[in-house]
Amino acid sequence: MKADVTVDCLGLYCPMPIVHTARKMKEMQPGQVLEVVADDEGIKEDMPNWAKMTGNEFLGIEEEGGKLHVFVKKAQS
Amino acid sequence: MAEKEKMTLILFSGEMDKALAAFNIAVGGASSGMDVTIFFTFWGLNVIKRNEGSIKSKGIMRNMLNFMNRGGAKRLPLSKFHMMGMGKAMMQRLMKDINFPQVDELIKLAKELDVKFIACTTTMGMMGITRDAFIPEVDTFAGVATYIAEARESKISLFI
Repeated sequence: MKADVTVDCLGLYCPMPIVHTARKMKEMQPGQVLEVVADDEGIKEDMPNWAKMTGNEFLGIEEEGGKLHVFVKKAQS
Repeated sequence: MAEKEKMTLILFSGEMDKALAAFNIAVGGASSGMDVTIFFTFWGLNVIKRNEGSIKSKGIMRNMLNFMNRGGAKRLPLSKFHMMGMGKAMMQRLMKDINFPQVDELIKLAKELDVKFIACTTTMGMMGITRDAFIPEVDTFAGVATYIAEARESKISLFI
């Protein structure tokens, strides 16, 4: 999957990946896609829930060599 | 989005592990678009006492209490396995290993995310401490009515 912006959360645990996601999303334009690279598996459940709460679109996760690439699309409004 | 949802936490405890739990939830809520308030009361006031200098009080009993209960984000004990600070040092090492922020860093992060801090004036009166005992991050000094006014509008309310 292609992303407009990437944020590196490797080595970070809850709640930091969510904090960094929220911070990055604030700087982004509606419709842009954020890629969060993380290795705390809690993010598999946390990111879809975060997206639901904040009205953004969770696009999916790609796993690759212990790294999780999580994609979220910023909502229009 | 419409009106922001609210979260209100009461931090009654003055231990590092419990403060970490409270700030983890506060920071997570604020990052999920919620308006978060932490009401610090009783031992919880220790979390928001300043780390530097001495904190004066009036009377022998209150001064004794403040001496034994100095507080400050950097002085909080662990609720379990504190072992005169040895357990705490080890726990902080483990936190560092996973890049987890310390309490004082979480306070800063919470303020960046506009988490509101309220300090309980009843505890302050009982323990004989004044506003100057606290870090400047405290927004309001108030009592139970202020907490209830916030909590009754909150979707999430926890006592820690």
